[in-house]
Amino acid sequence: MAFAINVNGITHSVDVDGDTPLLWVLRDVLGMTGTKFGCGMALCGACTVHVDDAPTRACITPVDSIGKSQITTIEAIGKTAAGAKIQKAWLDREVVQCGYCQSGQIMSATALLTSKPHPTDADIDDAMSGNICRCGTYLRIREAIKQAASS
Amino acid sequence: MMFDHLSRRSFLQAGAAAGGGLMLSLNLPLGNDETEGADTFTPNAFIRIERDGSIVLIMPYVEMGQGTYTAIPMLIAEELEVDLKQVRLEHAPPNEKFYVNPLLGVQATGNSNAMRGAWQPLRQAGATARAMLVAAAAKKWNVDSTSCRTQNGEVLHPPSGRSIKYGALAADAARTAVPEKIALKQPRDFKLIGTPAKRLDAPAKVDGTAIYGIDVRPPGVKIATLVQSPVFGGRVKKMDDAAAKAIKGVRQIVRLDDAVAVVADHMGAAKKGLAALVIEWEDGPHAKVSTNDIASELEKATLNAGPVAQNVGDVAKALAGAATKVEATYQVPFLAHATMEPMNCTVHVRKDSCEVWLGSQAIARVQTSAAKAAGLPRDKVVVHNHLIGGGFGRRLEADGVIRAVEIAKNVDGPVKVVWTREEDIQHAMYRPYWFDRLSAGLDDQGRPVAWKNRFAGSSVIARWLPPGFKDGLDPDSTEGAIDLVYNLPNLHVEYVRVEPPGIPTAFWRSVGPSHNVFVTESFIDEIAAAAKQDAVAYRQALLGKSPRAKVVLELAARKAGWGQPLSERIGRGVSLQFVFGTYMAHVAEVEVAKNGAVRVRRVVCAVDCGTVVNPDTVRAQIQSGIIFGTTAALYGEITLKNGRVEQTNFDTYQMLRMNEAPEIEVHIVESAEPPGGMGECGTSAIVPAIANAIFAATGKRLRKMPVDTAALKQ
Repeated sequence: MAFAINVNGITHSVDVDGDTPLLWVLRDVLGMTGTKFGCGMALCGACTVHVDDAPTRACITPVDSIGKSQITTIEAIGKTAAGAKIQKAWLDREVVQCGYCQSGQIMSATALLTSKPHPTDADIDDAMSGNICRCGTYLRIREAIKQAASS
Repeated sequence: MMFDHLSRRSFLQAGAAAGGGLMLSLNLPLGNDETEGADTFTPNAFIRIERDGSIVLIMPYVEMGQGTYTAIPMLIAEELEVDLKQVRLEHAPPNEKFYVNPLLGVQATGNSNAMRGAWQPLRQAGATARAMLVAAAAKKWNVDSTSCRTQNGEVLHPPSGRSIKYGALAADAARTAVPEKIALKQPRDFKLIGTPAKRLDAPAKVDGTAIYGIDVRPPGVKIATLVQSPVFGGRVKKMDDAAAKAIKGVRQIVRLDDAVAVVADHMGAAKKGLAALVIEWEDGPHAKVSTNDIASELEKATLNAGPVAQNVGDVAKALAGAATKVEATYQVPFLAHATMEPMNCTVHVRKDSCEVWLGSQAIARVQTSAAKAAGLPRDKVVVHNHLIGGGFGRRLEADGVIRAVEIAKNVDGPVKVVWTREEDIQHAMYRPYWFDRLSAGLDDQGRPVAWKNRFAGSSVIARWLPPGFKDGLDPDSTEGAIDLVYNLPNLHVEYVRVEPPGIPTAFWRSVGPSHNVFVTESFIDEIAAAAKQDAVAYRQALLGKSPRAKVVLELAARKAGWGQPLSERIGRGVSLQFVFGTYMAHVAEVEVAKNGAVRVRRVVCAVDCGTVVNPDTVRAQIQSGIIFGTTAALYGEITLKNGRVEQTNFDTYQMLRMNEAPEIEVHIVESAEPPGGMGECGTSAIVPAIANAIFAATGKRLRKMPVDTAALKQ
């Protein structure tokens, strides 16, 4: 059946099974490829989006669970104050390497900064340990979050 | 290092570019022997100076996170005297003519060789273009070219105050003779090289606009996912796809000999279809293979002599006369790459052509493999290369391309084949399992008078680049085991090639040294302990012939506070290596909990990688390599049971995470030597540093990776 979902302020109608994970609706149906596939089991965080500001793993979120919630993806996170700060800090600190996981990292970090404007190291560990980076950019991610928090 | 022909002649030609610009064509070394002896000029890199002044670089090295797309343009910008921002990189063009090495098709980015290969030729190219632009300006103004200067993309004539932009000179410069001799800048005159220039690829990677192979969407593309025979070499015996076909969005099931793919409108439907397939497999000859059996075979292979990789002096005699003997065996496991971007490849097979989209470290290999699988001549295959979401050696292989072409041959229109993470881990090609047998003889002062090492495992080179495997040896399998930095008067190293049944092997970040440095640096630590000497002091005493190694060792030890007391069950371990043309020492500080859990708290690295092109990239690569290697040391292990890989996803094949990442300090030694490789050395160096630190903390010597926490329980 068709579902109406709101992504980055725009409502889309998608005709897929209700148990289709949001990740594939975004990537393959709507063509928004900024959100990445990494594991399909909420183990790596590459697919993190915001559902009403809550960081959410799109790979295990069925499209029929979304209802009227607002979805925000990497393509629009820069329009939020916290997202813009995080993206700037990511560039200032030269966080990225291969960059594939960074959409998810940025979405998790932005959610952290939105809920805790001055996170401690423990807060950063809690919020970010679900996001794997195979290039090992963790140290710079931590620095960048701290920079964004102090800006 | 593998195939290091930095002194090889490089070619350069210049001429007019389409549209009236200046085009330089050059041949960059790509790390293979086969272009040696080529008597035709086969350029693989191009620099175009366009009439609007923009500078476009097309090159064979790919960006997979290592910073190549920033560091390589720095070389040109430096000599050409332009702002780095003026240099634009173009992806590999969909034109095989530019990229195919007509001899072998082995162009590749790997073995940390991009900067080592590009260092001279790209600076020469930049300087040549600059000289031609100056000559064109001098001619235009009718002045002596020596009275001209260049700055920021312009030729200046200070005596008359005139200036002209490169773009306006490009067409004239193209008609200028290529200068025979070109002087390169002295290091003291570098403006860009040695500075932490910003990554050119970063902005698109923070706003979601970067396009990786997995992101391509040719019009009408369908999405497929696949399941391959759980046992390598098995086949599909029976299949019931009725339930899969009934799923909404599933378009087609493609049955291959040893795999089944579900083609759908989106990956959600494809995965659902995959889960609904009922397949009976015929496991084939490898149905009973287990890792333990493979390890036993390798162990046995080290009991008999193998080809000699290096011999110095007379080890047998020295061992016989030694005051003390130390013997040990070491093992390292199979490892998967687990790139964050799962394997994928998009293919459109038409009647007389084939188009391929992906991110690859070896695009010519992709083209050759796709052509073969499609049954087409190579020039009918167009390959579009994209950003790589992690390579680490996995994307030097074309197995996924062959699969995708086999599937696409059955599909009308383009199809993107995306592997699930489970397929990605269970059908990777793996860092070989290695078994090593070592013995050392010490004199009455504890000094090593004999060093013997015989190891057995798969030769990736023998499959990947067969001419590189000669007389039972290959330069990758032995790097880090021979030509050690230490003075060892009697040394004997043998390599026994054993190909494990039922599991494919491949290059994995830090390749041969990923195994050899762990073994060598653990064993030197072990003999230092047997001699009751400090691990750093023991190494220092053996470094008479390796002053650069001595500097990094001492620097790392000093910065790490080597020798300062630590609490119980916390220890420091050191490692030292010269691989990929770079000297590196790590001191790792680890804490071993009572339950045996190991936490790497801090790593101090000292590195001499010759001339530093971009110090921030060097730091980033070392941080990256340390995290990658720490993951391997603590968690990395692929095991086979009944021919099947037992690990499936990040729950059973774990990665180091934010909360476990050590503090990392990097200290760079200034050097005017040519640049060494940076992408891999951090990885090979960290594994023994961790094992040695665990020994310091607990007295337990771990000779098998990954770390066995049960053995460390108190």
